[in-house]
Amino acid sequence: MKEEIITSGRMIPNIDPVLHVWHWQIPVYLFLGGLAAGLLFFASYYTLTGKTKNFPTAVKIGPIIALFAIVLGLIALLLDLKHPLYFWQLYTTIRLESPMSWGAWALFLIMPMAVVWIASYLKEIFPKLDSRKKFASLLKFIIVETETDKEFNWDWKFNWLRKFEQFVIKERKPFAWIMIVFSVILGVYTGILLSAFNARPLWNTSILGPLFLTSGLSTAAATIMWMSKNHTEKIVFSRIDLLLIVVELFFITHLFMGYVAGSQVKIDAAHYFLGGEYTISFWVNVIILGLIIPAILESLELLKFKVPIAIPAALILWGGLMFRFIMVDAGQVTRYLY
Amino acid sequence: MRYAMAIDTKKCVGCSDCVVACQTENNVPLGFCRDWISETTDGTYPKLELEIRSERCNHCDNTPCVRTCPTGASHIIDGGIIKVTHFECIGCGACIESCPYDARYFHPEGWVDKCTFCDHRLKNGQLPACVSVCPTKCMYFGDLDDKNSVVSKIIATRKWKVLAPEAGTSPQIFYLV
Repeated sequence: MKEEIITSGRMIPNIDPVLHVWHWQIPVYLFLGGLAAGLLFFASYYTLTGKTKNFPTAVKIGPIIALFAIVLGLIALLLDLKHPLYFWQLYTTIRLESPMSWGAWALFLIMPMAVVWIASYLKEIFPKLDSRKKFASLLKFIIVETETDKEFNWDWKFNWLRKFEQFVIKERKPFAWIMIVFSVILGVYTGILLSAFNARPLWNTSILGPLFLTSGLSTAAATIMWMSKNHTEKIVFSRIDLLLIVVELFFITHLFMGYVAGSQVKIDAAHYFLGGEYTISFWVNVIILGLIIPAILESLELLKFKVPIAIPAALILWGGLMFRFIMVDAGQVTRYLY
Repeated sequence: MRYAMAIDTKKCVGCSDCVVACQTENNVPLGFCRDWISETTDGTYPKLELEIRSERCNHCDNTPCVRTCPTGASHIIDGGIIKVTHFECIGCGACIESCPYDARYFHPEGWVDKCTFCDHRLKNGQLPACVSVCPTKCMYFGDLDDKNSVVSKIIATRKWKVLAPEAGTSPQIFYLV
């Protein structure tokens, strides 16, 4: 048997013996970014189809979670930077060749959209201030209490804010069109970010974009069905999720077919998952716990069995998070040998 | 102008002089290096073949590091040399992930550091530090666009290979075999 032993005197931290430049921050950020993209996608989608009444959680509560996810994701991203005080350099240029550049811009633009979206629904979500005194005092700089005989007992402090709110409410559909486009960009970006690196054979596959988008939508659907208090909404999102799981399994099958039929470095990359060191963590956490068991539970629910919705929802979120952790970690191990 | 390097694997003894010269010339922080020695042993005992290489950034023609850089800190200067502007680098690590040769690293100050072909020496008509100190004279440096340069002549007459050509980066360090 032909053997090749490579020795090198180099021992640079985080690069030798295996590359480990990206730690927990990147997978956490990819997960939160995908979740936010999915939540904003569903909010925009049900606005565009005119079903905001039937899907209150997706349209009104989802974007709030999305905003928190984006903010936490950005914090994770900032923690990842080794030269964080220079982060603003991201916004001095647009480099279309670099997914990280346009991803940073997409995040930068989608965040104010989510804020405006949430603000325009705030009167519907919190019509009365009495029960939310603490929350109200936090927003005192921007809202004032009004007479209690109306549907809501508060209003925006400034006239231009009230006018802006009316404008947003009137133009919800065009707004939703813009947001749905940006949410898809954000969702695909979380995958493309990795697939742009041809030096890491595990990542360098174009199916990663759609796969991460589907996974993000799936985690978002799980979040909505978990949060929702509306029975029909729960059922619809449980079905959407089931469909997304099937699509995800289909993409993952394709992913592995691509590796196994690929060049030597791709075959080696696949071996980390087909007998190598990531086999158990991937197949148990991502495939069985994250996709197959939730799919079975959701199917049982469709057959009128009683399943506590928290179990499949939590499993899907767990699977989505683990998927990103494993992909980011394993991708850095795969490389070209020479 | 296209700077390139040819390194004779038959002459290189792996003494690491090039590594130390670079660390000294470029104030490379302790524990890091911009160039390094790789030894590969091929075959089955007792039929073994040894190759020793001095490796560094390949200053590729098709540069994934420049492509993936979100701020434009990684850029190409005259002669095809790839450099990093410190104050534009945010330390995201994208270029490190994109390099098939792992030629880049995080400087302890946060920005990404790498081989510059000693462009500050080239300006004064000097050779890169690693080339100038090599005791076996196994490194050749010059301009590929100049047919009479030492590097053009040697790769025209000797058999050579580049590292990981299948990565599609079109590397510009030629290893004479």
